[in-house]
Amino acid sequence: MLAALGLLINEKSGVVNLGAEGMMLVAAIIGFATAVNTDSVFLGFAAGAFAGMVLAGFFALLTVWLGTNQYATGLALSLFGSGASAYIGINYVGNSLQNGKHGVPLLEDIPFIGTALFRQHPMAYLAMLLCAAIIWFLYRTRAGLVLRAVGESPSSAHSLGYKVRRIRLYALLFGGACCGLAGAYMSLVYTPLWSEGMTAGRGWIALALTTFATWRPARVMIGAYLFGGVTILTFYMQGLGVAIASQLLSMLPYLATIVVLVLISRNANWIKLNMPASLGKNFTPH
Amino acid sequence: MLKLEARANPSTLMSWLSPVFALLLTVLCGVILFVALGKNPLEGLAAFFWEPISNLQGWAEVGVKVTPLLLIAVGLAVCYRASVFNIGAEGQLVLGAIAGGWAALHMNDGGNTGGAAMIAVALVAGMLGGMFWAAITTVLRDRFNTNEILVSLMLVYVAQLLLSYLVHGILMDPDGANFPQSKLLDDSFLLPIIMQGTRLHFGIVLALLASGLGWVFLSRSFSGFKLQVGGMAPLAARYAGFSSRKSLWTSMMICGALAGLAGVCEVLGPVGQLTPTISPGYGFAAIIVAYVGRLHPIGVIFSSFIMALFYIGGELSQSRLGMPNAITGVFQGILLFSLLACDVLIHYRMRWGK
Repeated sequence: MLAALGLLINEKSGVVNLGAEGMMLVAAIIGFATAVNTDSVFLGFAAGAFAGMVLAGFFALLTVWLGTNQYATGLALSLFGSGASAYIGINYVGNSLQNGKHGVPLLEDIPFIGTALFRQHPMAYLAMLLCAAIIWFLYRTRAGLVLRAVGESPSSAHSLGYKVRRIRLYALLFGGACCGLAGAYMSLVYTPLWSEGMTAGRGWIALALTTFATWRPARVMIGAYLFGGVTILTFYMQGLGVAIASQLLSMLPYLATIVVLVLISRNANWIKLNMPASLGKNFTPH
Repeated sequence: MLKLEARANPSTLMSWLSPVFALLLTVLCGVILFVALGKNPLEGLAAFFWEPISNLQGWAEVGVKVTPLLLIAVGLAVCYRASVFNIGAEGQLVLGAIAGGWAALHMNDGGNTGGAAMIAVALVAGMLGGMFWAAITTVLRDRFNTNEILVSLMLVYVAQLLLSYLVHGILMDPDGANFPQSKLLDDSFLLPIIMQGTRLHFGIVLALLASGLGWVFLSRSFSGFKLQVGGMAPLAARYAGFSSRKSLWTSMMICGALAGLAGVCEVLGPVGQLTPTISPGYGFAAIIVAYVGRLHPIGVIFSSFIMALFYIGGELSQSRLGMPNAITGVFQGILLFSLLACDVLIHYRMRWGK
């Protein structure tokens, strides 16, 4: 959900970042490494968010300033992120296996998400707060209006004197930080350990969520809880001994994503009305 | 402030050289990476770019890796030229492996003796499997206007889980000590080896053939032309009465068939059975291959060669220098980044100004 909110801001400013998965993975390992080395979950989150921002900054440099294809660059970032995170994480795979107990005490007092719906990790509450803040920012402040204008029509925003590229950079950095937080959450709280490719497509699901929510923050939150619910459901069904292979159950979140995309996209006009008009289009001021 | 100015005539020569520059940049990053890790950069580079091609055995191994990359990249080149962003080739590959592998295993169990006809059946089954998986994405895009990037990617995870399910279940080798893998296929079901004493198999011939046919299709056929117009200028294509649905279907089916073929070639080639990890991400690496090869069916021959070097270099540097294998992925990402940046510098010149 954090990741999806970050991406929402990106896309409102008219930039698609397909690198979400890569940013989350790198942030997950950086955050995990920091937390293991410093014994501080907070520093882990901070490092994860920072890692996300650095990658997003790099992405912004390529797409916003050099005008490379946003889809291709995002894909490259995803591929790079999964490679780089696996590479950095090599030492920590052994670490978490041998010293599994070391990672956990640090997080002992944090209940896993879903086991207790009313006692969640502070990050979950932070995400809700963030959602509210984003709604307020986008629809109630001047800066939010400018951001949306940049996403709808960069050339008119430019002619009014707004720095389109700088605004897009800020939006991307914010999105990167959110993806970073989300990645760090995965490795610090959700599983408390690192494994290669551990985000398992959640970055992509986050991208789907923004479409699902027709680019509205509140709907992103509802969507995120729906997907969380489907994922948890698969665990419960396994726990209850439902006679379905675990692999088939694990498909559910992905299949659900597809079904939802189909339902949402069926009405082309609805998508068109809500989608930022210049999504995915580069802008070079003349 | 940095400003970009469009060059009036982007040099054609340079646009072909851009991948070479990108490769050099990647090598440079590689040297920096090796030094940063305290390894001898020369040794590292030797592992990546010299050792794999220093003997015949090495060339054969490169060929084994080129086969799936090239097959998929040709398909992707067709897709991307039509502006159909299919990034789920990995899933189409897995489905091809399942369908083709299953067919071969079934015939094998039936006591058949294999041979060319049976192999051909398995290959066709693999292609159909890949096409079926691509068709799901296509139908959803065509009928419901869903985003093909997301759907094809989600289907990758579904395909991998399906394969894992099958080899843990009905396709598991009963004598295999509960390892999640199928029976080994009889030699008579495997693609013939075309270079004695190596693993280089007939698949490479199919891949080169696909690349040639891809070129004929894109630059010498009317439907290839329509497809590219639709990709570059959708409005012009519509005005000319070219059907965008048709080019969507054509490009996706070509890509699905080729990715499926790549999958079944892996099963009937170097792997010889169905395992949960049939592909080390060939479907994703092929995206880079397609871009580095300028989305040109002949260009991708060279880029898949380079990418195959990366794969083998990654394995070698793991055994020689104790570097993690994941470095392959890092290099792949850097290569695509550098290529995109180089392309910009060819089409634009940079100016410092206000």
